[in-house]
Amino acid sequence: MSATAFASRDFEPLVHTREAQSISRPSLSYWQDAWIRLKANTRALVSLYIVIALMAFTILGPVVWNVDPSLQDLDQISIPPGTDRRATLVAPYQPWDGTTFLEVTPGLRLAEPATTQSIRLLWDPVEGLSGYRIFRNLFPVGPERALGLPLAEHFSAQEVTFEDLLDLVPGRYYYSVLGVNEFGAETQYLETLVVDVSRVITVDDAMVRGLIDEAAELQLGDVLILGLHPLGTDYLGRDMLARLMAGARVSLFIGICAPFLYVLFGVIYGSAAGFVGGRYDQGLMRFADFVVALPFLLFMILFKIVFGIGPGESGIAPMLLALVVLSWPATARLVRGQILQIRQEAYISASQLLGAKTNYLVLRHMIPNTMGVILVTLTFAVPSAIFTEAFLSFIGMGVAPPTPSWGSMCNEGIKTMLTHPHELIFPALLISITVLAFNLLGDGLRDALDARMRSTE
Amino acid sequence: MLRYTLKRLVQGVITVWFIATATFIAMHSVPGDPLSNEKAVTAEIRANLEAKYGLDKPPLEQYFIYMGNLVRGDFGISFTQQNREVNDIIREHFPVSATLGILAIVFAGLGGVLWGALTALYRNRLPDFVIMFLVILGISVPSFVVAAISQLSIVNINTLFGISLLPVAGWGTIWHMLVPSLVLGLGTMAYLTRLMRSSMLEIVNADFVRTAKSKGLPATRIFTNHQLRNAILPVITVLGPSIAAITTGGFVVEFVFAIPGLGRYFVQAVQQLDYTVIMGTTVFYGAFLVFMVIVVDLLYGLVDPRVRLE
Repeated sequence: MSATAFASRDFEPLVHTREAQSISRPSLSYWQDAWIRLKANTRALVSLYIVIALMAFTILGPVVWNVDPSLQDLDQISIPPGTDRRATLVAPYQPWDGTTFLEVTPGLRLAEPATTQSIRLLWDPVEGLSGYRIFRNLFPVGPERALGLPLAEHFSAQEVTFEDLLDLVPGRYYYSVLGVNEFGAETQYLETLVVDVSRVITVDDAMVRGLIDEAAELQLGDVLILGLHPLGTDYLGRDMLARLMAGARVSLFIGICAPFLYVLFGVIYGSAAGFVGGRYDQGLMRFADFVVALPFLLFMILFKIVFGIGPGESGIAPMLLALVVLSWPATARLVRGQILQIRQEAYISASQLLGAKTNYLVLRHMIPNTMGVILVTLTFAVPSAIFTEAFLSFIGMGVAPPTPSWGSMCNEGIKTMLTHPHELIFPALLISITVLAFNLLGDGLRDALDARMRSTE
Repeated sequence: MLRYTLKRLVQGVITVWFIATATFIAMHSVPGDPLSNEKAVTAEIRANLEAKYGLDKPPLEQYFIYMGNLVRGDFGISFTQQNREVNDIIREHFPVSATLGILAIVFAGLGGVLWGALTALYRNRLPDFVIMFLVILGISVPSFVVAAISQLSIVNINTLFGISLLPVAGWGTIWHMLVPSLVLGLGTMAYLTRLMRSSMLEIVNADFVRTAKSKGLPATRIFTNHQLRNAILPVITVLGPSIAAITTGGFVVEFVFAIPGLGRYFVQAVQQLDYTVIMGTTVFYGAFLVFMVIVVDLLYGLVDPRVRLE
């Protein structure tokens, strides 16, 4: 063992400095501390950015993409994003006498190139039949003979032409001609033709739609570019992006306003009950219990019809009111519990001892100390309000058309889910992202603001 | 226990009375009335119809008649469907909704407990991340989207195999119930998984688990007899509210899958302003939910002896 070498300077007293007294880190307020903890949580931070992006989408979006959400583009109905926007200029529609034909091939064939103006079909007469039925399908005709939309029935075996003018859109159609015997029963004669339809537009139409001006020198066969729809159009030819932005305004307005209002009401109710206490507290909370027991969605629907929607109204206000009337008790309970707890704290007694009045106590001590819990409740209330709005609009009890909301857009999209999935996917995606972002943000806020409620993750 | 049960039951009855009254007031402040749906009728016919349904009496008297009928379990006659009693409608359509709901709750409960326990056991490992990702997805995607997507997948699967493996919509066999009840239970399952995970994490390192380990019990036995049994308690407490969520969530699933349940019928009745059907269904559902919550609370006392029912 070696002896420790001490030098004489080891025995000098330390210089007493002022710095020893000072606190090395800056003193943080509750909110600063919470913000630092929130920033450390990547998931919550990303969610916060998503929420900010959604706000920008709602508020700034219509400025950048200034398209009327109720404007119909009749040339482009139900088109998915990224569709070919070219249209060929053609002469105005001429009635068909059934004599023109492209090439002579046996069986079902096209008499003229298939365009969105008209599709002209021609086939060979078959002996022994007394008529034909013509069908159109968007899907291949399988062995189960799903022929699709019945278009026409001919009552003569010699009538072997058909012109389709019904809602033609660019894409692929499967036409079928089915032979019918003298009793009107189906026969074995069935021919199917795959038709690829190209988009055309007449000069007059193009002028009306503002695609060309009168001075322009254009010839038939020239190609025009139709209006741009980044996310496609819906079943009425309305721009999806513009509708999603307008819908965001409705959905987020309800999703944020309703929780804000009912949390505010709940805070007032709950703090009143918690502070007054005694028999009033019992009575107030018993009433809150009754409201909680009301079956929520049933009463949402009931209240919606009670508050009524007049003609031309969107129905946002009744929904807001119904949400507030039914949803406040949860917050009221929570705040009451918090207030009761805080009332026991020593600093309240100290403040009272110093002569603080009730108003001061509530506003200076009680509300600020419950603020964290209230904020977390608010964040979790947003997704549930958005869900409620979407749910009600989905079953047709929400905002009235033509006002778009994400829920009502889903409702419209689900009808054409099989043929035009984009009409359902975009609003559904936006609802999901919004709800996800608010849920994760709520988790992060809870972890950052309230040590007792910290989740075990 | 008996006293507690009685107290809860009395409270439940008062709550149901409150629901019935709120429904009555709400329905009587609706603008328009069910008779205005009919074709233009003369004043006499209208007066006759009002007399038939008791709409000509003062509101307070109507309220007492309505309450008296409720006590006898009579919800009245439908306005829009001639001579059809609301009781009949409930009797016919509620079993469908109930079957769907029970299946959904079973899926949600079993799935939630299983997945939650699994994530806790594999904490911060691959199964945990995968399941928790799915859970967050399950919480964030609205049920009607899930319903639509699953319907779309059934169609695609059926086309792929060329035969109808699963029915796309409708009601009847067990195969019809499978997908709708899964979809219906999904949100609750996600919620229960989260709950189960956090309650399991608290228990994984509890003293009694360590004791069991040191006594040399096999891991499976510790899992089933000690961890699972204790961690499952919070799940049981939220089962009551979950039943409510699943019952109302049934509206959408019934709507999308074309299931003839009470939820779909309710939406239809609202659209037609069918007073008696709306009131009857609301009160019925309200009472059902109130008593389900009571049953779950009582059950909780039986499952967890630490809970004193006072």
